[in-house]
Amino acid sequence: MTALQIIFLFVAAVTLASAVMVVSARRMMHAALWLVLSLAGVAVIFALLDAGFFTVVQVLVYIGAIAILIIFAIMLTRKAMEDVGPQLNRGWWLAALAAVGVFAGLAVVLVSWPGVNASAGAGPDANLIVTFGKDLVDPHKFVMPFEVASVMLLAALIGAIYVSVEHKGGQK
Amino acid sequence: MIPLPWLLVFAAALFCIGLFGVLARKNLVAILMGVELMLNAVNVNLIAFWRYFSAAGEDSTRAWTFVAVVLVAAAAEAAVGLALIISVYRRRKTVVADELNLMKG
Repeated sequence: MTALQIIFLFVAAVTLASAVMVVSARRMMHAALWLVLSLAGVAVIFALLDAGFFTVVQVLVYIGAIAILIIFAIMLTRKAMEDVGPQLNRGWWLAALAAVGVFAGLAVVLVSWPGVNASAGAGPDANLIVTFGKDLVDPHKFVMPFEVASVMLLAALIGAIYVSVEHKGGQK
Repeated sequence: MIPLPWLLVFAAALFCIGLFGVLARKNLVAILMGVELMLNAVNVNLIAFWRYFSAAGEDSTRAWTFVAVVLVAAAAEAAVGLALIISVYRRRKTVVADELNLMKG
């Protein structure tokens, strides 16, 4: 077992344990902090897979923006849900059954898939980020997904502002 | 290098934990956190397949575009979702999914 594998097993265990804490923590604020740890673990796994760019993006976008948004939402809606009483709904065992079933199905399919024993080829180019940047604005490559994603972000931004702003004059 | 099945099983486990959170939690913000976990698991899968099947190939940026679009979708989803939660809270004073049954037939 190489050092890389030991690091992976450790990080994966931490990530999965904090993910379990996210879905089982009684206090929402604790769940949000566990979510930050889980996202950081995923960032480390991106780094182990030679995708350093996405490690940085993960830290910036998920931990820097989405986690902070979630913490804000928890603080703004704190009075609505006391941190006592059950946090899971009545059919939670059905949900657990569904999750375990999906996991078992995925595991069986993945293990029986013939391509699963592929070994990693050579690592990525050192210039991959440069190529990626050029491809994103290349009309023959990925300029369409890039622009569609930009428009979607803009629409989400405007929609979020419109939805969350308080309308004057009672019910609107 | 890390064996591919370890990565895939890890991603599947993360996805299923997120799925459980989405299905079982009462709080709307907690449901959104479950969705974030699921999206992360998908990204781990995409990056793993990129690393094992096309990292040095001709079109190695294809997978990265895919992951970038998933990230943008996750950011948009979080922004709109949290805005909706705050709007719902302002009108109904609750963030419990069970109590939001206004459209129930």
